Amino acid sequence: MVRKAKKIFNDPRNVVPEMLDGLVAAYNGRVKKLDGVNAMARVDIPAGKVALLIGGGSGHEPAYHGFVGDNMADGAALGNVFAAPTPDIILEATRAIHRGKGVLYLYGNYAGDILNFDMAAEEGIEVRTLLVRDDVACGPVENRRGIAGAMLAVKIAGGAAATLDTLDDVVRVTSRALENIRSISVALYAGSIPETGEFTFELADDEIEIGMGVHGEAGVWREKMVSTDTLVDRMMEFILRDMPLQRGEEVCVLINGAGSTTAMELLIANRRVLQVLAENGVTVHECVVGSLFTTQEMAGFSISLMRVDDELKRYYDMPIRSFGWTKW
Amino acid sequence: MLLYLCEQMIGHTDTLTQADKAIGDGDHGIGMARGFEAVRLKLEGGSFAALDELFKAAGMALITSVGGASGIIFGTWFRGGTKNLAGAATLDSPALSAWLVDGLAAVKERGKTKPGDKTMVDALEPAAAAAEQAAAAPLDEALAAATEAARLGMEATKDMVASMGRAKTLGERSLGHPDPGAVSTYLILRSLWEYTEKSGE
Repeated sequence: MVRKAKKIFNDPRNVVPEMLDGLVAAYNGRVKKLDGVNAMARVDIPAGKVALLIGGGSGHEPAYHGFVGDNMADGAALGNVFAAPTPDIILEATRAIHRGKGVLYLYGNYAGDILNFDMAAEEGIEVRTLLVRDDVACGPVENRRGIAGAMLAVKIAGGAAATLDTLDDVVRVTSRALENIRSISVALYAGSIPETGEFTFELADDEIEIGMGVHGEAGVWREKMVSTDTLVDRMMEFILRDMPLQRGEEVCVLINGAGSTTAMELLIANRRVLQVLAENGVTVHECVVGSLFTTQEMAGFSISLMRVDDELKRYYDMPIRSFGWTKW
Repeated sequence: MLLYLCEQMIGHTDTLTQADKAIGDGDHGIGMARGFEAVRLKLEGGSFAALDELFKAAGMALITSVGGASGIIFGTWFRGGTKNLAGAATLDSPALSAWLVDGLAAVKERGKTKPGDKTMVDALEPAAAAAEQAAAAPLDEALAAATEAARLGMEATKDMVASMGRAKTLGERSLGHPDPGAVSTYLILRSLWEYTEKSGE
């Protein structure tokens, strides 16, 4: 018998609209759902503001839609579970948040998302697109998937879009952030697809896979279970080989849980990441530990680093208020 | 004919889910079922005087309901394939040929894919070529040829290493599994062929 996930749902076909209703309610009046489409927008976007739209498949909560908020994204387009939003959803969201200064589309580098966002971008509003490609497990940068490091990019883009006057400037700052973000993941157990209850991949009980994508896309290698410190050291090697850090440089750290990995495990990983950075003479500007970008009940975690300088720190340090991440 | 196609595609949900699970995330079956359910609603809710209107409506329904890459790609096939169908009242062999040839061109442009990338193009391209060759033959023969060509194309994707979509990072591990989009392409053509055989058109 195929093992199925044990979950509380109503009709599994309605998970996205029902989740969105609950999410909008959890914002306590600061965002609204758009009529007729699975999209949401802030209620108080100032006139003349450069707008930031994020989005992607649902099922990764709180990403992406939980990162709409003050000094974060202005709106989000929601796809079905693990599937890109359709062009009509993206277009409605674009129109709802546009305030005359153009819209930045910021989302992960997946074929489906690109096809759908690009089609929406052909409809006349000034749009610029930046792709998150932080996963160092995928070879050359054009092949890299967008994983948890996307949340650091949204943080910077949100701050920049709240502060800067032109879409060009927001694109420039966000591009700088993206160039300095690297992530690597490890998977322990698969997450499941709500509509079917089936798990997205098979991994033996005593195996882990380094570099596995958030939808169970294949990673770099599988191996037997290892201790946190050994695992973190290998993962950090991957990142530091790709983005060598000089002594004295500064980074923001995100230790992201894939869904069912405990805070205890994440904190132990965080401890080791900070030790490795200290050994390399790298200063930690801030570390964030939590499950910001999940894949249902998938177990595992990712390490994301963003190298920061004064400019990026200015936007990173801005207070934010959103469902997925609030910072004073 | 398209209603029969919808029923068949919804019926194949599990087949496609399993195909996608092997090298993707396993949601292709659900997506296609959702898409062809939307096509069915669109078809039942309106009347279509011409073939191109029908295919355009079906394509839009796919684009706005499936999500992911599949919706755009399959919707673009249905929509883009109508370029030279103006005036055609029913699907005959020349219309089938035009629909597949123009649909293929539209898909390649939108998806930036080429043959050998292990995508639905590897099934659609040989199908279009077969339909073009059989454009003078009766419709059931043309569909039989296109379906068989799509099947062979789909089978051939087992020997290809994915270079597009989420499967691309599997590299060599994608060998041995057909591309789920190519499986869908074959199933769509097979359903149309089956319908033609059954109705004796």
